[in-house]
Amino acid sequence: MSGHDSKYFSTTKKGEIPELKEELNSQYKDKKKDAVKKVIAAMTVGKDVSSLFTDVVNCMQTENLELKKLVYLYLINYAKSQPDLAILAVNTFVKDSQDPNPLIRALAVRTMGCIRVDKITEYLCDPLQRCLKDDDPYVRKTAAICVAKLYDINAELVEDRGFLDTLKDLISDNNPMVVANAVAALAEIQETSTRPIFEITSHTLSKLLTALNECTEWGQVFILDALSRYKAADAREAENIVERVTPRLQHANCAVVLSAVKMILQQMELITSTDVVRNLCKKMAPPLVTLLSAEPEIQYVALRNINLIVQKRPTILAHEIKVFFCKYNDPIYVKMEKLEIMIKLASDRNIDQVLLEFKEYATEVDVDFVRKAVRAIGRCAIKLERAAERCISVLLELIKIKVNYVVQEAIIVIKDIFRRYPNTYESIIATLCESLDTLDEPEAKASMIWIIGEYAERIDNADELLESFLESFPEEPAMVVLNNATVETDNPDLRDRAYIYWRLLSTDPEAAKDVVLAEKPVISDDSNNLDSSLLDELLSNIATLSSVYHKPPEAFVSRAKSASAKPDDDEPPLPILLPSSTGQGLQISAQLVRRDGQVFYSLLFENNSQMLLDGFMIQFNKNTFGLAAAGPLQVPPLQPGSTARILLPMITFQNISPGAPNTLLQVAVKDNQQPVWYFNDKISLHVFFSEDGRMERANFLETWKSLPDSNEVSKDLPAAVIHGVDAAIEHLAAANVFFVAKRRNADKELLYMSAKGPSGVPFLIELTAAVSVPGVKCAVKTPSPELAPLFFDAMETLLK
Amino acid sequence: MPVAASAIYFLNLRGDVLINRLYRDDVGGNMVDAFRMHIMQTKELGTCPVRQIGGCSFFYMRISNVYIVIVVSSNANVACAFKFVVEAVALFKSYFGGAFDEDAIRNNFVLIYELLDEIMDFGYPQNLSPEILKLYITQEGVRSPFSSKPSEKPVPNATLQVTGAVGWRREGLVYKKNEVFLDIVESVNLLMSSKGSVLRCDVTGKILMKCFLSGMPDLKLGLNDKIGLEKESQLKSRPMKSGKTIELDDVTFHQCVNLTRFNSEKTVSFVPPDGEFELMKYRITEGVNLPFRVLPTIKELGRTRLEVNVKVKSVFGAKMFALGVVVKVPVPKQTAKTSFQVTSGRAKYNASIDCLVWKIRKFPGQTEATMSAEVELISTMVEKKPWTRPPIQMEFQVPMFTASGLRVRFLKVWEKSGYNTVEWVRYITKAGSYEIRC
Repeated sequence: MSGHDSKYFSTTKKGEIPELKEELNSQYKDKKKDAVKKVIAAMTVGKDVSSLFTDVVNCMQTENLELKKLVYLYLINYAKSQPDLAILAVNTFVKDSQDPNPLIRALAVRTMGCIRVDKITEYLCDPLQRCLKDDDPYVRKTAAICVAKLYDINAELVEDRGFLDTLKDLISDNNPMVVANAVAALAEIQETSTRPIFEITSHTLSKLLTALNECTEWGQVFILDALSRYKAADAREAENIVERVTPRLQHANCAVVLSAVKMILQQMELITSTDVVRNLCKKMAPPLVTLLSAEPEIQYVALRNINLIVQKRPTILAHEIKVFFCKYNDPIYVKMEKLEIMIKLASDRNIDQVLLEFKEYATEVDVDFVRKAVRAIGRCAIKLERAAERCISVLLELIKIKVNYVVQEAIIVIKDIFRRYPNTYESIIATLCESLDTLDEPEAKASMIWIIGEYAERIDNADELLESFLESFPEEPAMVVLNNATVETDNPDLRDRAYIYWRLLSTDPEAAKDVVLAEKPVISDDSNNLDSSLLDELLSNIATLSSVYHKPPEAFVSRAKSASAKPDDDEPPLPILLPSSTGQGLQISAQLVRRDGQVFYSLLFENNSQMLLDGFMIQFNKNTFGLAAAGPLQVPPLQPGSTARILLPMITFQNISPGAPNTLLQVAVKDNQQPVWYFNDKISLHVFFSEDGRMERANFLETWKSLPDSNEVSKDLPAAVIHGVDAAIEHLAAANVFFVAKRRNADKELLYMSAKGPSGVPFLIELTAAVSVPGVKCAVKTPSPELAPLFFDAMETLLK
Repeated sequence: MPVAASAIYFLNLRGDVLINRLYRDDVGGNMVDAFRMHIMQTKELGTCPVRQIGGCSFFYMRISNVYIVIVVSSNANVACAFKFVVEAVALFKSYFGGAFDEDAIRNNFVLIYELLDEIMDFGYPQNLSPEILKLYITQEGVRSPFSSKPSEKPVPNATLQVTGAVGWRREGLVYKKNEVFLDIVESVNLLMSSKGSVLRCDVTGKILMKCFLSGMPDLKLGLNDKIGLEKESQLKSRPMKSGKTIELDDVTFHQCVNLTRFNSEKTVSFVPPDGEFELMKYRITEGVNLPFRVLPTIKELGRTRLEVNVKVKSVFGAKMFALGVVVKVPVPKQTAKTSFQVTSGRAKYNASIDCLVWKIRKFPGQTEATMSAEVELISTMVEKKPWTRPPIQMEFQVPMFTASGLRVRFLKVWEKSGYNTVEWVRYITKAGSYEIRC
């Protein structure tokens, strides 16, 4: 029953692209379809097939749904790199969004939302408006998600067009899947907005809880996750909510179960009745245990979450420690997490069993796991005073096996036990001393020396033992040295031999003794180590990455709620062109600026990766104005977490790209550690406006008349606004657009201005606008009218 | 945020991209390079399924010879993401007819792209039921109930099915013979200490169902579990019938089961999907009937010889029998020569897994079998670290036996047309991780 698509991958001939082009334009449907499949196959393996854009888009108008979907997939991938051509697809999209077939309507809206090109987005609004009110629930549920997509591209547009209200209405839709997707979209929008958009009232809460019963499994996750933010008014309401959520614990989908657990834990905070709480704890245990029979990756997520849950509510799994015993074939990451939880659940009641398990693990093959098991025994000893003796005897048994790393790890934890319970277990020192020769790790050696030093007066041959360490002194790492010196101050017999180290520490042995022996931090049980407010935050993020990393979301999500709230200096923030998610941690923001009559490329490098980045180089592709770097890029080596701001002088007319003028500036940046990063910037014409662009009135009139009327172009700039004539003149003058004359016509102000563009091209400008009303009409007369579109772009930016 | 993915990649073991789909704009198209460089080509592979590199997090799973990698840059729902991958793979398998591997992906890449577009939107999982998706995503070679019609024409009410309240069953099904097959499949997990005491023991069971039923039937399933029976007798106000009852520790249900009703009335009622599906899973830890007892003795005689003695007793009913019994007894790596004596079956030494493998095809109930083996080791000069003695592992299947004691009491089918149904029930118990330390 299997397909045979693999044949589409096997075209590696030289003339592939022209050949595909021909096939795409074939009149035979099948050939066309096969060609599109080949294009998609080539795209998948990473070949650049963007040059076929027009040809592929031409295949879009088809009755064949499969072919249509493939073309759409192509568009999603390449529209961004061909924004000007993407407009070709708009018509078909708009037409498809009114197709009688709901699958096609939904497909059109879904795909348009994935294409982040302004021109497409502009045309998305009307179809989206229609689809949100479509008769077919399938179209509505797709449109609901599309609102979230649009919000991500252009939040203002969503708010202006009232999509948020329509979306909120969908919460009351009669179809559960529409409700679920609307909730997901609203929750996401709320997360990126600081304004209250999606507030859950007790009314919506109850409606959504009812919808829960009919939703698909994923819909249940969306709803539960959104509702977990709800704060119940009192204990009674909380109990009510919990009662309606508990049935979800029986769901086969682990995400539903974890989201239900999250919600129940949140509400439990408010519940005062101990009976109810105890009952809930009892109900939550079995589903949590069941998660451990899922795929190992899911087990891992569950275990990381259980780790948090038992810190908050130790009673939930207090009797279930056996289910955390490691299976021989568990993946190592599952074993490590199980071990952590076993330590947390260990109590006087079950410690014997737990110790038997740890002892078993200490004989396994994986060294890291074995070490962790040994350390676990020590941690139990520190946690449970009454069990400490048994722990020590297990450790001694392990030392007798004489496996090198087990012995060393055991000695390290025994030192901790000695520090926790001083003068209690020194009878075992003799046994420890027997394995002195096998120690070769600094931490183990340091621990042993500490023990000997601490109990020197009870060890007859302490000096001999220490002497054996002293022989290798010069090679010892700092940790051992320090501890040895501690010992010396305590042991007069060796004082003469250690005078060098005294000098290291202090000239006064008594002072050294005070200093060194005083610094003994209290060893305590570290198994419940998370701060309680952090723990609460993590618990409110159950099932998410935050609960797996045990870090609050801000610690690893770079795109925070208010990204602009970073006033590092008084300059306006530069637009981010390479986000750190794309640049493997390197973020680059940049913009062309004009300073003192020269064009600069202002760049901000941010290193959010874990490594040092250096050796930065920059290269610009051919562009309309032939912009290129005037010198090499000089960025200091960037430590992780640091930033650097650079002003790169630019020269023009170096490598001019032929063709109609456009604003595209393609930039490549490279460093020694990472691959080459490519990003696109937009050239704004106003950086070229020169300081000598001022024209006298007469000169202006003369030039105006000398140019033919065909050289005059005008355009409405809908986003531009003039708040006051004088302010506008001043503002534009700062950008080298100079005032010539003004007049009034009815309620409109007319401004005449001049500017001088690249290679001295003059621009004669007429602005028509009503004060403080958005929308400015801009007419320009120039010897180079082909630059007019770029000029309007620049004016719109200046007047925003 | 319940977003599960910003991008999803399917890679082969060399790291070549087989399929990629970007759902959101917050991760770059080249993130897969980071995955290759920082995970695939390092020792990190397999140490942790969730990793952060730069500003992005990666979740990955290996399924046969394919890595499925999900990339996100927000605080995504990891549980949702992994579950999505698991279900998506099940969906692909049901489309390809079984296998999911590199070849199957390459051969169906158009279909996979189409499905990926349908089952996730902007990183939010949508309907993943194969039953429903096959209504309108049809590819050559995929058998569809509508395949006789031209596939160009979509099923008229497909969209209503996708979003319907019964999103897993389509209307208007007709079968000549209405049949239901129930398979109760249990895996026993055991961890026994070398002294014969049970350290951990549980049964995870699932009820698999195959439905060939017309119309929109309502089904109700009755088991011999204690809580369900108590509730039933309470509702009907008559005393509980005597007989063996069992206590289920936990149950989880397919999304077709009405959970609210289960919670209040303790009855399992549902409108089933058509064809095969997993109705429920359960877990039991109390009162497990272990089908086999294993009594091993392994003696190390000096440094070059081992004496292995394993006795296996079957403790299920004398009329039943187990199939495919395999006992794997680990031996040290430096094993040179082995000799065996067995009372039934065959034993041999398998050097690639360092085990003595003893196979018995058919093992009747209430009997016992023994294997004794002598193992000679190559003597090594270096002071070796002592042998770690991994546990003995066992595989088996016992038909018509449930380790939990679970029984199906009834399965009622209501449909408005009032047809009769034939119900078939089978039981089988398999070894899960059945380990005996020695």
